[in-house]
This record gives sequence, C-alpha cells and structure tokens, in this order.
Amino acid sequence: RSASSSAPLIRPIQRVLVANRGEIAIRVQNTARKMGIETVSVFSDADRNALFVKKADKAYHIGPPLAAESYLNIDKIIDTALKSGSQAIHPGYGFLSENAGFAERCAQAGLVFVGPPAQAIRDMGAKNVSKQIMEDAKVPVVKGFHGEDQSDANLKAKSAEIGYPVMLKAVYGGGGKGMRIAWSESEFDEKLASARSEAKKSFGNDEMLVEKFVERPRHVEVQVFGDHHGNYVHLWERDCSVQRRHQKIIEEAPAPNMAHETRLKLGESAVKAAAAVGYVGAGTVEFIMDPRGEFYFMEMNTRLQVEHPVSEAITGTDLVEWQLRVAQGEKLPLSQSQIPLNGHAFECRVYAEDTRDGAFMPTAGKLTYVDFPEDARIDTGVVSGDEVSIHYDPMIAKVVVWGADRAAAAAKLESALARTRLSGLPTNIPFVRRVLAHPEFAAGNVYTDFIPDHHDELFEKVETPAEIYLESAVAHALAALQKSDNGVFQNLSFFRVNVAPKYTFKIDGKDVTVRFDSDHLLTISYDGNTFEATLDDVTNIGNDEFQFTLEANGRRWSTVAKNLKETLMVNGVGQNEYETLHSGNFDAYAGAAASHSAVAPMPGIIEKVLVQPGDQVTSGQALVVMTAMKMEYIIRAPEDSTIEQIKCQPGKNVPKNAVLVQFA
Amino acid sequence: PNCSIQVRNHHCSADKYTLQWSPIKSSIDNSSEDFVANQSEMEAIVNDLKAKIAKIEQAGGEKAVKLHRSRGKMLARERIDALVDSGSPFLELSQLAGYQMYGAEEVPSGGILTGIGIVSGRVCVIVANDATVKGGTYYPITVKKHLRAQEIARENNLPCIYLVDSGGANLPRQADIFADSQHFGKIFYNQATMSGQGIPQLAVVMGSCTAGGAYVPAMSDQAIIAATGEEISAEELGGADLHCSESGVTDYYAVNDSHALHLARNCIAGLQPADEHMTFNPNADEPLYPAEEIYGIVGSNLKKTYDVREVIARIVDGSRFHEFKERYGETLVTGFATIYGQRVGILANNGVLFSESSMKGAHFIELCCQRKIPLLFLQNITGFMVGKFWRFLGKAQYWLTIVENRVN
Repeated sequence: RSASSSAPLIRPIQRVLVANRGEIAIRVQNTARKMGIETVSVFSDADRNALFVKKADKAYHIGPPLAAESYLNIDKIIDTALKSGSQAIHPGYGFLSENAGFAERCAQAGLVFVGPPAQAIRDMGAKNVSKQIMEDAKVPVVKGFHGEDQSDANLKAKSAEIGYPVMLKAVYGGGGKGMRIAWSESEFDEKLASARSEAKKSFGNDEMLVEKFVERPRHVEVQVFGDHHGNYVHLWERDCSVQRRHQKIIEEAPAPNMAHETRLKLGESAVKAAAAVGYVGAGTVEFIMDPRGEFYFMEMNTRLQVEHPVSEAITGTDLVEWQLRVAQGEKLPLSQSQIPLNGHAFECRVYAEDTRDGAFMPTAGKLTYVDFPEDARIDTGVVSGDEVSIHYDPMIAKVVVWGADRAAAAAKLESALARTRLSGLPTNIPFVRRVLAHPEFAAGNVYTDFIPDHHDELFEKVETPAEIYLESAVAHALAALQKSDNGVFQNLSFFRVNVAPKYTFKIDGKDVTVRFDSDHLLTISYDGNTFEATLDDVTNIGNDEFQFTLEANGRRWSTVAKNLKETLMVNGVGQNEYETLHSGNFDAYAGAAASHSAVAPMPGIIEKVLVQPGDQVTSGQALVVMTAMKMEYIIRAPEDSTIEQIKCQPGKNVPKNAVLVQFA
Repeated sequence: PNCSIQVRNHHCSADKYTLQWSPIKSSIDNSSEDFVANQSEMEAIVNDLKAKIAKIEQAGGEKAVKLHRSRGKMLARERIDALVDSGSPFLELSQLAGYQMYGAEEVPSGGILTGIGIVSGRVCVIVANDATVKGGTYYPITVKKHLRAQEIARENNLPCIYLVDSGGANLPRQADIFADSQHFGKIFYNQATMSGQGIPQLAVVMGSCTAGGAYVPAMSDQAIIAATGEEISAEELGGADLHCSESGVTDYYAVNDSHALHLARNCIAGLQPADEHMTFNPNADEPLYPAEEIYGIVGSNLKKTYDVREVIARIVDGSRFHEFKERYGETLVTGFATIYGQRVGILANNGVLFSESSMKGAHFIELCCQRKIPLLFLQNITGFMVGKFWRFLGKAQYWLTIVENRVN
C-alpha cells in the first residue's frame, strides 16, 4: 500500500527474464520484442528443445524437469536474472507468479517483479484475510456463520443477516448428509430440524454452520489493472463457467446474459477490491454469480490469467505491454472511460486429454503433427514433433477468436477448432465442439455445473455420420495411391483386370469398402448401406498432404488429409486420426499368450507401491499409486490373483503401458 | 528426366530427342454413324465380358464361400488384396481359364488365381488356390495356369508367392494331370529350378495342403503356415504347431490368414532389391487423343478395316510415332514411340499379312533386339497367306527368344 503513495521512479527495462515455459513464455517474448525489450528464458532438462527456448534472445538451463528444482527454484532464477543482466522478471502464470517470497527476493536483488507488491499477494493468498478486506471495502462476499452459539434462534437470526436462501451444513458432515437449503425464513425451522436429525444419526453430532446459498453459480471474473500512481481500471469481465475438474475449458468475454448495470456494478466492485489492497499490475477478481445477477467475491488472482486474451480481444489492448509499462513505473495507458467493449471473444484451452465418457484423462507423449488455422489467435508453445511432458500442464494451445457478437464468435471458434489438426495424442477438441453445439451453451446459459448437468447429452453416443465414413475411406484410398518412379506398372494405382478395384478399410471398427467405378465415381458401402459418391479436385498439397472434394447424399464438402508415417489424419466433416500400418501389429500373437499384468495407463511417476510379491489381491484392489500431470491415479488389480513381481519403484518415471505389477 | 552432366550410356539418352518425332494426326470423326455404332457394339462386348468376370469373381458360389468364411478364412481374392501393397495394382492372368471347359462343371478362374502384384515394394508373381472351387483341387487347366504363371516369373525374374489352400489333384481327372512333362510335377520342378536360378520361392500354407499340394511349401525357400482355427486338438492338428516346432518344414507360425499374409510381406521385405532398369517418366505427355475413342474406331466387326495408327495415336506419349518402312508391306505398321518415356517398338497389323509385311516385321524386330527396345504387338489378324506366314512367325519367335534372354 506504500507503493501508491511514494513517488514512483521510471525504471526502464531493457531485458526481462521470463520465469516460465511454454505458450506464456512465448506470449511475453512477443510483446517484449515489440517494445524493444530483450528476453531471457530459463529452461529445465525437459524443455531443452522447446520452442520458447529457441525464441528467446538468451536462454539458461536451470535444472531437472521437476518444477520444484527448476521453475520453482528461486535462488537459481534470481541468479540467472542477475547473471544475464536482466532488470526485471516476468513470472507468467502458475509457478512463482503468486509467490510473495519470490516477489520480495526480486526486490532485495534489485530486480523488478512484473506483478503486484508482495503484501497484496500475501493478503489475497489467505482466504479469511482477503474476505475481510473485501467486506471492509464493501465488496459483496459470501457470508456465513460458523460459531459456538448453536441455538435455533441464533442460527435463524444469523440466516436472516446472511440473507436467504441459506445452506445449513453439518459441521462434521460430508457426502451431502446433514445438508439442507432453506429458501426462506418460513421454512427455516423445518429444514434446520431435518438437517440436525440427519446429522445426529449420521455423525452423532448436530452442530450446524450456515452459509449463503448461491444457486446455479457462474464463475465470473473481472480483469483489473493498477499502476504505481494510484490509478485503477477494469477491462470488463470474463465468464469461465464451463469447467471440468475445476479447470476452465472455455472462457469468454463479456459474460453472456448479463444486464449492463450488473456489468458496471461488477467492474466497480472489482476496482474497489484492487484499490483495497493497493494493487499494482494485472489482476483478476473472481466472483460467483447467481441467475439473478447477484455476485459475491471469491478470491483475487494476483497475476496475468491464462484466459487474458479474451479481454485483450474485446478491448483492443495488449495486457503484457500494460504489465511491462506499469512495472517500468509508467501510468496506465488508458483511463476507465477510454476502455472500449467491442464484440465478443472466446478462448478454448486445447488439452492433451482423453475425454471419452467424461473421464478427462490427461495424456502425455509426442505431438507428431501440429497445425492451427491462420484466422484465429493461437497461443501455443509447441510445434510438430514436440512432447507434451508428464512434468507440466498438458495444455497444448489456446485458440482465441473474436466476433461482432457471441453467436458470430462461437461460430468462429467452432470453425477454428474444426480446422485444428493435432496428431499423436487425443485432445479435448471433439468434446469442446460438442459443448459449442449444445443449445444451452448457444443460449448463453452457462454455469459451473454445466458439464455434469448436461453430461448425458454431451457424452451421448451419437451415430457417426455417413460423411465421416465416406471421407475417411476415400482418404485412406488416396493415401495408398502409388507414387513410384520404378515403372509404369508400379504407378497403376488400384488397377485390377476387368474388375472395378475395391478396397476395404477399418474405420471406427466398421469395414468400409470403396469401389472405384471410375476415377471420379465411387461406390462406398458399410453396414449394408451403399453410397454413390463423386470425387473431384484431388490436389496434392505436398508433404504427404492432400485434399479432395466429395459429393454424396446431396451434400458436397472438402476434406484435407495428412499422411503421417504411422497414421492418417482426416479433417473434413469429421476430425479423425487412423492407424495405417499395412497389416496391424501381430507381435502380441507371435509371443506366448499375453501374461497377466497391471500396466501404466499413461506416462507418469510412481508414487507408492501398495502390494508385495506373494500378496493375494482381489479384483479392484489398489496396487500402485502414480502421479501424472499433477493428478493422482490408482492402478487396481484387474482380477483376483497373486502378485508375482513388482516391476516399478516409487519415484521412478514409467512410460505408457509399462508393466507395473506382474501376476502369477 | 533431369540427366545432369554425366557420361551417359545408351539407355540414358535424353528423352527430349524423341520429342522431335511427329505426332499422328487423327482423322476420326467421333460423331460419325460408324464411330457411334462401333462404340456401342464394343461397349456391349466389354459389358458382357465384365459380367462374365463378375460371375467368375464370385468364386465357387455362395454356399462354398459361406463355408470357407465360417472357418475364419479369407477368400483367395481377399488374400491377394491383403498381400499386395495397399493401393497397388494387380495384373491378373488367365482370368477366363476353365470357362465353359468342363461341361456342366463350373471352374471359375480355373480354381486358381495368378497374377503380378507388388508386395513390400517388390514386383512378384502370386499364385493363390481358390478353395471354394472344388476344394482348390487341380484340374488340368489349373495346372496349366499355375505353370504359365511360373513361366512368366522365370522369364521376368520375379519372386513367386504361393498361397496354398488345395486338396491336391482333382482325382477324377488325374489321368490328365500326372502323366506328362507339362503336368503336375512340373510345378515342383519349376520351383526347384527357379530357386536354383535365385528366384525366391515363398509358400504360405493357408488351409488344406494335402497330397500334391503339400510339395509346394516343401519345395519353397521359405514357408509360412497359418493355424486353421478349426476346433481340433493340437495332436490331431498336425499343422502349424507340428510343422513349425517339430518337423521344421515351415519356418513361420501364423495364427490366422491375415497374420500369415503379414509375415509373407515381412519375408518379401527381406529380399535383396530387384534391379529395376526400365525408363519411366510419370510426367510424360498424354496421347493427344483420348483412349476411350478406341472402341469407336475398332468396333466389333472383325471384317471391317480401320487404320491402326488411330489406335497407336491413343496409346503413345504425345501420339508421337516414328514409323519404319512406311511405304513397304503396308499391312503391318512398324515404328518407334515412347510410353511413359520408355521407348517401344510397335508392330501393328493393318490388314492381311503378306510376304512383304512379314519381312518388314522381321527386319524391325531385329532392329529393336539390337537396341534392346521392348516390343509392343497390336494384333488384329483376320488371316494370312498360308505358307508365307512362317517366315514372319519364325523370325519373330527367334528374336523374341533373344529379347527375353537379354531382358533377363
């Protein structure tokens, strides 16, 4: 808070160290370069060949892959900043970005920390402190009562103070037992009685706490900015309600279905919150909001957020530039009245994960091919051939689009995702596209339980449209076109004597047969369905990539396919990747029958081994605990058996499909 | 193509010089009554052929196919499709063998499929028994077709892959199968001598392989055996397990048809690469006139004449044709052209063969042989002057032998 009162010095930054990796490191580099500031990158062993290292003006190795020993190693990073002659450190998001100790260490070393004062980080980091500060600043917070006076009358009085509806919760409760919602004072007594009796029965204790109940909450956050001169502005809000496992997938700005007065009130509250802690730089004030537009302070993130590009898109600003300017001691580039709100923007976080049946299982491995559409903003740190490492977040890219209104922006996002081609790992793109297609999403009716509430529709098995079978089968056939310089015969693709050549491909487990009645007329059949299709505009784009136009069932569409060594990517109506090795893998047949074992479902690090050789285990029993991508996984016995051998060790990395436990 | 500066041998003379040959000018009116009639008649004939082939393609009929599939086995054609490189051509041979040969008994494709296909990048001769046709047993025509395929393999130095699924000789006809030097035993003789010549012999046992059929894997350089998948005990099986682990007759063990074919591809991938010495330019000029017009030119009436140059104009690069002895023995057209950049000597009948025409033919063949230029015959003989033809034929046979020897 002292920062705003003392006269700030202009401290020009000529060189900034980016204490982060991946897309955000590149994001900061791009703006720094635009401003004539040199960038220094630090990297772990896992990132030696990463794009952000190549793009940096200078790059320094700081340690092993484990973040605690590299990107979180404060001593090493400060040393590197001094050694490289940097004047400032940009922490990006995650890692050290909200570490007050690090901010202090920077100051002690005479380095500018591109972020808020250490005290603001500290204040906002402690939930009870931040809530109190906000309450004092008249920012609405979720009120509650957790106290010793457990009389019915006191709880009722507190509930009236908090405001209905309220949630009554057993202090020792869990699993939804001993919980009741009282919508109004008239039903309070009844609800309290039933909550108490259930709590007594279940936990032997009927102590209650009371909390404001926010129904169908939305996650709405406001981008704020402060400078060293006591100026604060907001750059409107973002809605980040669509989440899975409490991680955001789709973010948008501004929030849909929000009255303009609410929007203004929200902005004002956020500015109040920033001012209350003497905030400097970029921050985000998070609120939960109910369907009536009532909002409550949740927490403040004292850093640049992953989803900042949507705010940039609707305001025409470069928030990293603002961060660096503020860090140099400059005033905010725009005043509140100068900050526009133009159109609508979406961001989709593209993750390497298997979304089938709602499992959202993170994956790691090699991205054999990466290609993004040119008409969307893509913030990414990977190129073809890069690894999604088990050590860090599995986010591959952020796809950001802007449109004149929400519908236009959503259409652009759908189109951009449809044309995003990633090979080697499953991604959440098919899932996000289903969210975009959901009528409730299109209507802007988003809230934090959107995915669980619409689970059945989002994961409903839909029949693969015929177009996908057709385009995939034709792509397979064209990929097999012979291009040989050895002779005329070798070049006679598909030729058969007096018979129309036909080929059968396995697509989605179905045998799809393509018959070439001529170069342009095809008969395609599967599952007893037969389609006549015309094939036109077969164009070789080069690099084993080709496109073609198909017409069938009255629909005409084009498809692009890329023939990678072991797979074929097909992007048309569908977005699929198929294995193409001629005869599949028969290695499993060649050896003895596959032995019984438990294998790693993904690459990761073994945390604990819970069994020993000789142990009798039952089906479903936990055998090994492993971590991957910050998540814990329990490997269970697939059947009743005896453990013959343990083939893994705690603390050691294992690749996907590694045998962890061998059964007798 | 792009010959950079280097010492060239006569095989690598620059293509551009053949571009100075003048193109044939077509005088066909493709809207004329004749043309239209010819076209529709030819199409009718071709459609009839295709219908017959379509019937033949259905192998031994619905019942036999169903039984075959019920054993988890692939049809002979499916086996070939799975064996050859994905998307590659297959030049099937003797498709109509056995057609209306044995009275009421239908023997589609002669009970065996043969042809030239590309396996793991290597051009091979493939011989596949069709077990849906009388259990894949050998009729006299089956033997003949098998031998013809082997002959082509030997002449062109092509590895042989035998997909064996045969009950051996067709016993009611054994008198016409076993007695002669061109009969059943010649198959094994060919295998042995080709193997001796360094032409790889690979057998894939994919079903029954009894009696005579059993020699094919035994006479091969390498053999793969697929378990039949039938529900009989290992002792009774006497198949894959026995021959891979105990008798050692077969070298590779496969669990099913597709595994066996996969192993066959792996074996071919292990061969030394072939010497490919054909000139080939995939970007060569297309003929100036469409090949589809050939139907309208040729027609179905064997007594009607047409100028065969119209056909040549629709086959060769840029329709360019350098005619030889144009004014002599005019009923045989001879000359040089290129097809996808490969020089060829063309001999095309253009009427009844006379003494002069056959002299001219012999002269031209001699020329091509000296220069190692492959010959392309466009045959349309309605008849010839008896007693004179021997001269042409004799020469042709003689020179062809030489050409073959040189190519090999």
